[in-house]
Amino acid sequence: MPHYANIAVSILFDGLAYAMFLFIVSVGLSVTMGLMGFVNLAHGAFAMAGGYLVVSFTRHLGLIPSLILAALVVGAVSVVFERGLYRRLYKATDLDQVMLTIGLAFMAIATATYFYGPIPKSVPLPDWLQGDVNLGFRSFPSYRAFLIVVGAVLIAVLWYAFERTNIGAKIRAAVDNRRMAESVGINVDLLFTLTFAVGSALAALGGGLAIQLFGLSPSFAVLYLVLFLIVVSVGGLGSLKGTLLAALVLGIFDTAGKYLFADAGGFFVYAVTVAVLLVKPAGFYGREQ
Amino acid sequence: MQPERAAARERAAQYLIRRHSYHWGEALPWLIAIACFFIFPDRMTFGSQVLIAVMFALSLDLILGYAGIVTLGHAAFFGIGAYTVGLGAAKFGWHEPISGLFAAAMASAFIGFVSGWFLLRYRGLTLLMLTLATAIMLQETGNLRSDLSGGYDGLPGLEFKPLFGVFDYDLYGHTNFLYVLVTLAVVFYVARRIVYSPFGQALTGIRENVRRMHAIGSPVHRRLVTVYTIAAGIAGIAGALFTQTNAYVTLTVFDFDNSAKVMIMLILGGTGRLYGAFIGAAVYMIMEDYFSKMSPTFWQFGIGLMLVLAVLFAHRGLLGVITDAARRFQRSRKP
Amino acid sequence: MTAALQVEGLNRSFGALRVTRDVDLTLERGARCALIGPNGAGKTTLINLITGVLAPSAGRVLLDGNDVTNTSQAERARCGLARTFQINQLFRGLTVLENVAMAISERDGHANNLWRAVGSKSVILDEALDHLDSLRMVDDALKLVRELPYGRQRLVEIAIALAQRPRVLLLDEPAAGVPSSESHLILDVVASLDPDIAILIIEHDMDVVMRFAREITVLVQGAVLTQGTPAAIMADEQVRAVYLGQEGHRAGHKGSAHG
Repeated sequence: MPHYANIAVSILFDGLAYAMFLFIVSVGLSVTMGLMGFVNLAHGAFAMAGGYLVVSFTRHLGLIPSLILAALVVGAVSVVFERGLYRRLYKATDLDQVMLTIGLAFMAIATATYFYGPIPKSVPLPDWLQGDVNLGFRSFPSYRAFLIVVGAVLIAVLWYAFERTNIGAKIRAAVDNRRMAESVGINVDLLFTLTFAVGSALAALGGGLAIQLFGLSPSFAVLYLVLFLIVVSVGGLGSLKGTLLAALVLGIFDTAGKYLFADAGGFFVYAVTVAVLLVKPAGFYGREQ
Repeated sequence: MQPERAAARERAAQYLIRRHSYHWGEALPWLIAIACFFIFPDRMTFGSQVLIAVMFALSLDLILGYAGIVTLGHAAFFGIGAYTVGLGAAKFGWHEPISGLFAAAMASAFIGFVSGWFLLRYRGLTLLMLTLATAIMLQETGNLRSDLSGGYDGLPGLEFKPLFGVFDYDLYGHTNFLYVLVTLAVVFYVARRIVYSPFGQALTGIRENVRRMHAIGSPVHRRLVTVYTIAAGIAGIAGALFTQTNAYVTLTVFDFDNSAKVMIMLILGGTGRLYGAFIGAAVYMIMEDYFSKMSPTFWQFGIGLMLVLAVLFAHRGLLGVITDAARRFQRSRKP
Repeated sequence: MTAALQVEGLNRSFGALRVTRDVDLTLERGARCALIGPNGAGKTTLINLITGVLAPSAGRVLLDGNDVTNTSQAERARCGLARTFQINQLFRGLTVLENVAMAISERDGHANNLWRAVGSKSVILDEALDHLDSLRMVDDALKLVRELPYGRQRLVEIAIALAQRPRVLLLDEPAAGVPSSESHLILDVVASLDPDIAILIIEHDMDVVMRFAREITVLVQGAVLTQGTPAAIMADEQVRAVYLGQEGHRAGHKGSAHG
C-alpha cells in the first residue's frame, strides 16, 4: 500500500477501535442522562470498577468470561446505588448531582487505590487475541480488531433493542417526553433502573476492554470521564445514533490528531466539542430544550 | 405622608439597611487570620496559600453562588493570572508585583469577558462542557508553546521586586502573608459591595427566577457577562498572587483538578454567602495539608465522603451549619 | 392614533402542528380586552408570541407602532409591555417589597449600579410602597413571598407587572389557582387598574369577562373565531356552539395548563 494510504488506514482502524471503546462506555451515560436528566459523574468509576473486577477475575477465569461476569456484577451493584441513593436526587439541581457523583467517584478511586495500588494493571490475553490478524491487504492488531467486532455486535444488539422491541420504544418515548410517557402508563422508574443497570454494565465492559489499550489505574475514573461527557454532550442525550456518531467523530479525530500532530493532537477533541456545541448546543441528535 | 405609611417606609428602609450593614461576626475571619500570623509564624507560606484559595473560591461564589451559573473551567482564569505574572517576570523583565496584579486582573478579565459573551448563552451540560473544553484548550495551548510556558515543568525561580520598593520578602513568607491578606481584604470589600448592590440583587433575581427577570426587562446576558468578567478578574488576581508567593508557576494551574477543588471548597463552605468561601477554603486546605500527608488515599476517600454527606444533609455547607446552630442557640436563650 | 399593541398575521408552528393561525389583534390605549377560548386554543402561546418568549413563524408584533417582532422579551418589557404568568413567577426567597423593587430597579436603570447598596435610592422604596399600597399589601411588604398564601402571591405577581409602569399589560388567568374566597381581591385590583393602560386578560370565568371586558376575542384552535363586544359575543351562534354552549360551567378557577 502507498505510505499515506497506509497511515490513513491505520488511523481509521485505531480510531475505530477507540471509538468503539468510547461508545460502549458512553451509551449508558447518554441514555440515562437523556431519560432522567441525572448528571452522573460516577459513570467513569463504574467503568473503572469493571476494569478492576476483570483484573481480579482473570486470575481464575479467561478474559471473555471475566468481562461478562464483571459487567453483570457492576450492573447488579449499580441497581443498589440507583435505588438507594440516586433516586433521592432526581429533582435536585445539576450542581448537587455533579457534587454527589464526583464525591462517589473520589470514594471509588480511593477504594481502588487501597485494594489494587496506584500502579497501572494489565490483563493476560488469550493467545488468539495476541499479535496480529492478517486481512489480506495488511495486518491489524488482533485485540483492536476484537474490540471493533465486539463494538459492532453491541451496536447491532442495542439498535435492535432500541428500535424493534417494546422496551426500546418505551425508552424512546420516555426520553422524548417523560410526563407524557408516564401518563400513558409507562413505568418510567422501572425503565430507568433497567437502563441504568444496563448502562453501568456496559461501562464496566468498556472499562475491562480498555485495559489492554490504556492500562488501568485508579485515575481512570476521572481521566476518561471528560471524554465520556464529551461524547454524550456532542452526540445528544438519550440518542443511540448520536452517541455512536460522536464516538466515531471524536475517536477518529483524536487518533488522527495524535498520529499527525503528536503534541498538538489532544487539542482536536476539545476544539471539535466547542465547535459542535456552539452550533448545536444539544449535540448532534439531542432535543433542544 | 400618613403615619402608618411613614412607619412602613421606615421599617422597609431599616430591613434593607440591616441586610448589608456590617455584622460583628464578619470581623472574625480577619481576626483569626491576623491571630494565625502571630500564633503560627512558621506556617505563613501555607497561610498565604490558604488566603489565595479563599480569594479563588470567592471569585467562584460570585458566579456560582450569586448568579447560579455552574461551570467547570474556572481554573482557566486562575491560570491566566498566574501566567501573566509568570511570563512577565520570566520573559519580559516585569518584576514589580502590584502592577503585575493589575495586569493579571486585566488579562483574565478580558478572557472572561470574551468567553463569557459567547458561552453564557448556554446552560446545563452544554455550558459545563464548553467551559471545561475551553480551559483544557488553554492548557494545551500552553503546552504547545512550552518554550514560553515552561510546560508542565513550569517557570521556576521567578523574582519579584519588594512591595512598594520598601518591604522586602523574608524567608518565612511573613511579608507575603500580609501582602496577600491586604489584597484579599481589598478584593473582598469590592465583592461585598457588588453583592449588596442593585446589580447583585439582580443577580439573585436571575438565579431565583430567570423567566421573571426577562419579563421585567432585565438584560440577563449582559448581567451575567459582567459578573463573569469580574469573577474572572478576581480569579486572575488569585493566580497572580500564587505565582508571586511561590516564585514558580507550571501549567498544572489550569488543571481540571483545580476547577473541581475550588467548587468543592465552596460547596463545603456554603455558596452564595461570601463567607462560605472563607470557611470552605480554609477547612479544605488545612485538612488536605494534614490528611494527604498521612495518606493521600484516605484523604481522597474522606473528601468524597464529605461531598456526598454535604449534598445529602448539609445543603448550605459549613456556614449553613454554623449559622443554623447560632440561630438555635439564640432562640434557646430567649426567655 | 397608533394602537398600543398591534398583532398582524401572527403564525406559529411546531413542526407540522400549527398552534397559532393568522392572528390579528389590536389594543388601543386604555383597552379592556378579554381573550377567551376552549382549553388548548393557544391563548398562552399567543401571549408568549406577543411578549417574545416564542418567535413567530410569520407575522408582526407592534408596540406603539414600533415593530418589535425581532426583539427580545426584555427589550419589549422595556418598551412598556408587561405580563403576568398563569403560574406565579416570583422571587420566592425575597420579600414582597424586594420583588416589586426588582422590577422598578430594572425599569429605571438602578439595577446597573454595582456600588451603592440596595435600598439606598429612596424613590424606589417609595414607589414600591406606593404600588403595594394600591393593592393594600403594605403590611405584607417585608414578608417572604413563599410565606404568603397563594392568593396574595398572585397579587404580588400583578404588583410586579404594575411596577414596570407598562403601557400594555397582559394578564394570563390572574385568578387561576386562587381559592374562590380570595379571588375577589384579584378581580377588584384588575377592575381598578389605570385606565390608560391597554389590558388583555385571559380568563375562563365568563362573569369576570363580562364585568371587565369592553371587547372580547375568541380564540379556537389557534385562530381568531370572532371579535366583538360582550353583547355581540354572547349572541354569536358560533361562539355559543364552540365555547359557551358546552355544558357544565367553565367558570371554575382551576386555571388549566393549556391556555
